[in-house]
Amino acid sequence: MATDTLQSERIHHYLRPKKSFPNVWCAGCGNGIVMGALIRAIDHLGLDKDNVVVVSGIGCSSRMPVYLDFNTLHTTHGRALAFATGVKLAKPNLKVIVITGDGDALAIGGNHFIHACRRNIDITTILIDNKIYGMTGGQFAPTTPGGKIATTAPYGNYEKQFDPVQLAIGSGASYVARGTVYHVAPLERMIIGGIQKKGFALIDTISNCHTYYGRFNKEGDAVAMINDIKKQAVSVKMAATMSEDKLQGKFLTGVIHETDATEFCDEYQAMCERVLAKGGK
Amino acid sequence: MNSKNSKARLLQGNEACMLGALYAGVEFFGGYPITPSTEIAEGMAREMPKRGGKFIQMEDEIASMAAIIGASNAGCKSMTATSGPGFSLMQENLGYAYMTETPCVVINVQRGGPSTGLPTKIGQGDTMQARWGTHGDYTSITVAPSSVEGCFYETVRAFNLAERFRTPIIVLLDEVLGHMREMMVIPEEGEIEVMKRHRPDVPSEWYRHFEITPSLVSPMASFGQGYRYNVSGLTHDQDGFPTAKPKEILDKLNKLRNKIVRYSDEIVKLRTEKMEDAHIAVFSYGTVARTAFQAVKMARERRIKVGAIQPLTIWPFPDEQLRDMLKNVRKVIVAELNMGQLVHEIRRIAPRHTEVIPLQRYDGNVMTPSEIFDKIREVVK
Ligand SMILES: Cc1ncc(C[n+]2csc(CCOP(=O)(O)OP(=O)(O)O)c2C)c(N)n1
Ligand code: SF4
Ligand SMILES: [Mg+2]
Repeated sequence: MATDTLQSERIHHYLRPKKSFPNVWCAGCGNGIVMGALIRAIDHLGLDKDNVVVVSGIGCSSRMPVYLDFNTLHTTHGRALAFATGVKLAKPNLKVIVITGDGDALAIGGNHFIHACRRNIDITTILIDNKIYGMTGGQFAPTTPGGKIATTAPYGNYEKQFDPVQLAIGSGASYVARGTVYHVAPLERMIIGGIQKKGFALIDTISNCHTYYGRFNKEGDAVAMINDIKKQAVSVKMAATMSEDKLQGKFLTGVIHETDATEFCDEYQAMCERVLAKGGK
Repeated sequence: MNSKNSKARLLQGNEACMLGALYAGVEFFGGYPITPSTEIAEGMAREMPKRGGKFIQMEDEIASMAAIIGASNAGCKSMTATSGPGFSLMQENLGYAYMTETPCVVINVQRGGPSTGLPTKIGQGDTMQARWGTHGDYTSITVAPSSVEGCFYETVRAFNLAERFRTPIIVLLDEVLGHMREMMVIPEEGEIEVMKRHRPDVPSEWYRHFEITPSLVSPMASFGQGYRYNVSGLTHDQDGFPTAKPKEILDKLNKLRNKIVRYSDEIVKLRTEKMEDAHIAVFSYGTVARTAFQAVKMARERRIKVGAIQPLTIWPFPDEQLRDMLKNVRKVIVAELNMGQLVHEIRRIAPRHTEVIPLQRYDGNVMTPSEIFDKIREVVK
């Protein structure tokens, strides 16, 4: 398609020309798909590259910022949201985007995740949810489904799971969506929606780690895994017409939750103005 | 202190730190409450909103350290304050700040440790942690005042050093100093130097966030200024991109060390008393230095040729200066509120003819002048 060529040229405008390629990801990893969607979302919004800050933790997914030609902060495992909170409160005019993994955001970084949601601070978080620790070679994550094999769950995972969407809703995030690496156009729209939302936005993005999760669990290569993701995904609209039975083994996609809750930096600013109006009392 | 001076204020050490930070132009405070440092966070919560600054109570000290690094990269002079357990939690991200050469100030109001230890009592158990707390090889700067006025001035100096060397600076207080009240006069604006961040003056295509300049300290742009640099805790090249090349690894690690070691003369600050003709010296820092100076006075009244040495900069350790000071000293008493930390540094640098005598207390109480005086009398024999 003609638009594809146009887009791929345009994409280079957002990639760092030197140093960072080739990338560290396995061929077929969903991380690259998410990166493409993020770039197109930012391009669609016409954001000034100088005003975009992309923050990440540690993991395969968290390697993304280094390739992107924005202000980029590749931090410590689990702490991306805490760093991003500092950036955002320091300079609220900056657009702050966090790229994190399911282990990064929900295990070691779980505390920062719920508190960033609670504050409803204007950060757009793309959580690349591949149900495994990719970078360290396939240990189970708080999202790994029951019974699945991981190097630290060699007899099948017997732990229960976090649902990042429910966790974010329960913690106070004002925009909560779930996308997948198969449904790229909707993913792009959710990222656009998240960036436009004044408040904490989570885009839980179901992705594939065929190298570990796929191999350990005999779920095939990248294409097979992405096809499975396609089959399991049900849009929120669709789900409304389906029976409980039919929804077994499926997961919801789309914008699942949205509110108009006030945003943290705005609240801070309003407090400062109140204090100053009273002569600093 | 002249009590008639209308500008003199009765201040706590913690308050003086807070006022020092404001004087130095702090713009961002992120912290988590912990005794005996909490007054600093409370003061910041009151003051920052009135001055266009930012205050945030984070969910823990890991997050506090992260937030101030984020804010510093966004262009703000940033700080946090804590005590032992929180200082331990900060270590990983503190290492990230050293590695990414992010200026910030961390105040540690020490309690007795280890673990939860003695939250409301004094200790100096974190002296070595301030130097070696995070993993890996690096060089750090730590300052340690001993009076309320010192808390103010050393905090201002910490902010200046942070900007000057693009590195985190640790300010070590202790419970007694943090809570003790003394009169002090806050200097007028402009009376003491306040350093601004050294900004790049090159176009963005030429900017290298970790450039190895002749001075070794790289100018620092902020997010949002058009430079779009990469910051990573992975060992990186001068552009901030991960590297595995031995030459680039060495360049980075040597820079982290040399940008401080080369300027240690500028960083080291020592105070001495009656060292000119002293055969015996008392070496101490923080609150202990107060009592040491008193003990020296008592001993001098009895014509004992004793002097006192107090490093206000603990790290980098003032090797050269101390070697020189100990030239004619036969015995040096190293007084600390721990089981022996800087005493090992003194042993490392002391001339052969100088006997090193530890004096330690770690029961949560201050060392009294008479304890030190008794030790002086004992060793003089
Ligand atoms: C404090 C700390 N503990 C452990 C690690 C090792 N580690 C690096 S990445 C990672 C897990 C990453 O998993 P996830 O966040 O799901 O990212 P993915 O690689 O799957 O994208 C772990 C445990 C670390 N870097 N730091
Ligand atoms: S290990 Fe898994 S998550 Fe990491 S790059 Fe490869 S496929 Fe992607
Ligand atoms: Mg993962």
